[in-house]
Amino acid sequence: MNIVRATFRIDRGDFQLEVDLTLPGRGVTALFGHSGSGKTTLLRAIAGLERAKLGLFSLGDTVWQDESRDIFVPTHLRALGYVFQEASLFEHLTVKGNLEFGLKRIAEPKRRFNLFEVAELLGIGNLLERRPVSLSGGERQRVAIARALLTAPQLLLMDEPLASLDLKRKLEILPYLERLHDELSIPIIYVSHSPDEVARLADHLVLLDEGKVVASGLLTETLARIDLPPTFADDAGVVLETVLSSNEADSLSRLDFQGGSIYVGQRYEALGSRLRCRIHARDVSLALVKPQATSILNILEGRVTSVVSTNTPGHVLVQLYVGPTPIVARITERSRRDLSIQPGSRVWVQIKSVAILA
Amino acid sequence: MNAQDFDAIWLTVKLASTVTVFLLLIGTPISWWLARTRSRLKGVVSAVVALPLVLPPTVLGFYLLLAMGPNGPVGHITQALGLGVLPFTFPGLVIASILYSFPFMIQPLQNAFAAIGDRPLEVAATLRASPWNTFWSVVVPLARPGFLSGTILAFAHTVGEFGVVLMIGGNIPGRTRVVSVQIYDHVEALEYTQGHWLAACMMVFSFAVLLTVYTFNPQTVRGREA
Repeated sequence: MNIVRATFRIDRGDFQLEVDLTLPGRGVTALFGHSGSGKTTLLRAIAGLERAKLGLFSLGDTVWQDESRDIFVPTHLRALGYVFQEASLFEHLTVKGNLEFGLKRIAEPKRRFNLFEVAELLGIGNLLERRPVSLSGGERQRVAIARALLTAPQLLLMDEPLASLDLKRKLEILPYLERLHDELSIPIIYVSHSPDEVARLADHLVLLDEGKVVASGLLTETLARIDLPPTFADDAGVVLETVLSSNEADSLSRLDFQGGSIYVGQRYEALGSRLRCRIHARDVSLALVKPQATSILNILEGRVTSVVSTNTPGHVLVQLYVGPTPIVARITERSRRDLSIQPGSRVWVQIKSVAILA
Repeated sequence: MNAQDFDAIWLTVKLASTVTVFLLLIGTPISWWLARTRSRLKGVVSAVVALPLVLPPTVLGFYLLLAMGPNGPVGHITQALGLGVLPFTFPGLVIASILYSFPFMIQPLQNAFAAIGDRPLEVAATLRASPWNTFWSVVVPLARPGFLSGTILAFAHTVGEFGVVLMIGGNIPGRTRVVSVQIYDHVEALEYTQGHWLAACMMVFSFAVLLTVYTFNPQTVRGREA
């Protein structure tokens, strides 16, 4: 495991970046925050495109920057892949020329992927002879991702690779990104301001606000935190890692997670497939006695761990655990008072809807 | 056309080619620096480079004559090196022409380099290309229209010069007498027919050059796409 360590101080007068992070050596880490929060600056500092006067970056035993020892490895000597927000393909080269650009600059024994395999993985095998100008936005971005992968990076950096695309193109690329996540054993640092993308792709979540790290931890745990600044609570909700355990006769599927199971509309994946679900706090309601005679299918028993007010007047966020799995509910302050819900309360959790992410 | 006319044409082509090659070698790094730098010297360097655009060629020629003459600073150096003095020689003419045509090479190149921006360079760095390697594999191909314009304009402008040539090179057949001076001689000698021939050749040549530039110029191409 190549643990990622990143410490940067950048002062640009009107903007300060001050981060000190330790990130897992595999899986997708999402850098999430609003525009101007410093996500892209942090990513550029990691790549060495921007040099922080105070900076330390290491990937396992490899040190790319340590200003205290005067170490700064220039970008072109770092084994990283970088996907920019706009695909930034070389317009003077064909798709194949773009893919070969990085590939031919690394020594043969270090190459990990074959050009045609990567082109197949990203569904661009039939575009190799085309010029970048003739590609759609989604195709360009897939070429950019393939181009970065072919340099056999030990770290893949992606700066909102989907931001410049419309929803249709996004949906076209997301499955490829999920495949990367499943098939690559290198850490991916993924900048995004879209909660949906983060929920779908990330394993580890770093929340940035005004150049500072607000939270950093496992996605499921971090999303379940209700003590974060209100800006991040707007879209509160948790992500559950589930396993498809059975398909029932009435066209429902059962998904098991640690601590319980939920029912969703029929899934066509193989039994045993891992599925990620998102449960929005606004879709969760609470009851003190087990609801009988209700049309809501998913009713679980849980224990409240904390309650905080939100920036919507009259509403609170309740964090509770179903077994070891955290869930967040958004209810009115009046209901909280009437039911006298407080840390330690045993409650029945009613889930109105579950979004399957993958 | 007589033998002297052909000598003049050959000399002109030789001069313009030599000057263009030197301008590509010197102009490329200077244009790159001008396009990328944030130094305060940028303004000064730009102004110096652009001087030949506004100075009468005789002024430029006059100062070059003084500098390269037996008592000028350049003259001292060339004499100390055993090269003699440069005025009224082909190398002297080359140096004067390089200075005179400088902005015609620099400006298209500088614009082309500036239009590339930072992004392709950053992308190349993340794809393991060193800065030197990036220059050849990314910058040069992307700036090709700039190189084309710069080369053609510098060549054509050198072919068309007259004032500087007269000041520095004088009028020595086969050594410094280029086409424009030859035409002047024909007219002075009232040889209008010969003058016509050469003048018409220059007209056709200049038109062809400008047509090429405006056909391949990146700005015209971009305008058409937009």
